[in-house]
Amino acid sequence: MAVQEIPWTPEDHYNAFITICGEAPAGKTGRLAGVPVAVKDNISTQGIRTTCGSRILENYIPPYDAHVVTLLSNEGAAIVGKTNMDEFGMGTTTETSAYGPVLNPVDPTRVPGGSSGGSAAAVAAGMVPMALGTDTGGSIRCPAAFCGIVGLKPTYGRVSRFGLIAYANSLEQIGPMARTVRDVSHMMEVITSVHDPRDSTCRAQPYTHIPQSDIAGMRIGVPVECFGEGVDLRVAESVRSAIGVLEGLGAEILECSIPSMAYALAAYYVICTSEASSNLARFDGVRYGPDVDVKKVWHEAYRDVRMAGFGTEVRRRILLGTFALSAGYHGKYYTKAQVARQNVCRDFTRILSDVDVIAGPTMPTLPFRLGEKTDPLSMYFTDILTVPANLAGIPAISVPCGRVDGLPVGLQVMGRRFDEERVVDVAYAYEQEVQA
Amino acid sequence: MVSDKDVEHIAQLADIGITKDDLREFTVQFNAILDYFDILDGVTGEEQGEDSLCNVLREDDGTPSLPQEDVLGNAGSTEDGFIRAPRVM
Repeated sequence: MAVQEIPWTPEDHYNAFITICGEAPAGKTGRLAGVPVAVKDNISTQGIRTTCGSRILENYIPPYDAHVVTLLSNEGAAIVGKTNMDEFGMGTTTETSAYGPVLNPVDPTRVPGGSSGGSAAAVAAGMVPMALGTDTGGSIRCPAAFCGIVGLKPTYGRVSRFGLIAYANSLEQIGPMARTVRDVSHMMEVITSVHDPRDSTCRAQPYTHIPQSDIAGMRIGVPVECFGEGVDLRVAESVRSAIGVLEGLGAEILECSIPSMAYALAAYYVICTSEASSNLARFDGVRYGPDVDVKKVWHEAYRDVRMAGFGTEVRRRILLGTFALSAGYHGKYYTKAQVARQNVCRDFTRILSDVDVIAGPTMPTLPFRLGEKTDPLSMYFTDILTVPANLAGIPAISVPCGRVDGLPVGLQVMGRRFDEERVVDVAYAYEQEVQA
Repeated sequence: MVSDKDVEHIAQLADIGITKDDLREFTVQFNAILDYFDILDGVTGEEQGEDSLCNVLREDDGTPSLPQEDVLGNAGSTEDGFIRAPRVM
């Protein structure tokens, strides 16, 4: 493949990047020939350091590429940098990054959302046309909503996770972020184009869709729970008016209910912290990370490395997960959370057998001010509308639907498993209609 | 209710160092979070396997893998092609 160097030395006003590649090789041919693409820093890039937003991986240079990175490169994209993120993806604001918070390009006194806040800010600021994010409980959709761009969390199993340094494997997916639905769709096509046998949860089902704006006759469910307590009334109003636009395009709007959503947030936090406690055990400074002191006894050595290398939120989640899985508490927390997860899946299956997609707000509030939220539980509550899609493994997109006091609001559209095509069409129809 | 002692014990199990200040803060926060998790007591139903899933296993055949040099490249301490780890005893 013919190679060209893409010089790329932008000013990073929003701290969107942890690593900027300067000169990035790109192909002269392919579907993304010469397009600068940013990659979240928990996705492995051969020869380019990959920190996960953590001190513990400050000098980690992966010896291989994630499958999605190989696919982007094969289509000619230039991997121009690695984007800032909440440490290991644990956060809703990008403030837990060891490399400083990302600022929201729409209003730099506000957070960009998280955990893929760097990817969203890089796209929103026009530094790159598209970026990869990852979504464990809303980490693509939340920053997309807060920065006024489009972000798609694919169905669990549609995109290979090989090379993704996930913190909760049963929930996380890699997905595209861009300024338009068309670009998101285009990037989705590239990252699903070749099946990857190295991720045993990945199905061979490439996405080859071209967005269609005709949604006449489509049935759209609107859950009452998505407009319940804690949802900012101004956000609710913007989203309702966006749903009105979809109705104007000929879609049929049906009110519905997801009773299991009452338990979704608690179930999500039990499951994700439990998985984190086991997943992050490997960061002990032996195979990678800071130099472990081999003269110390192992518990002491690991403890010291992990205390210096992990930030507060990561340590909090590892401890919560260790507790939830410990003897005597496993049944009360982890088993119950799995049942709650199953109930969420069933509710979505039931509703989505009657309607084609489900629509509501992506985030219950507008972007917070930097430093505004310090209590972990109140931060967790802001994920309430995004975690159900991760528990159910269904695709969900966030598309900008207007502004309140100059701040962006996101419309979330969720669909059936492996039915990204329809979710994309609804977002595209809305985007085209309001742009016209 | 979890106590300082419980949190300290969990920190030990998880090989996570914890300072006195952290301990106080984490204990208060854990109690608030665990109070919220109690909502799960109201969940009804039994845990069931997922019918639509099946294991996808590959044959256990040897295939080319990363060169040893690359694999050891990120380790802090190596010796004769091995990674050195802290003492166990």
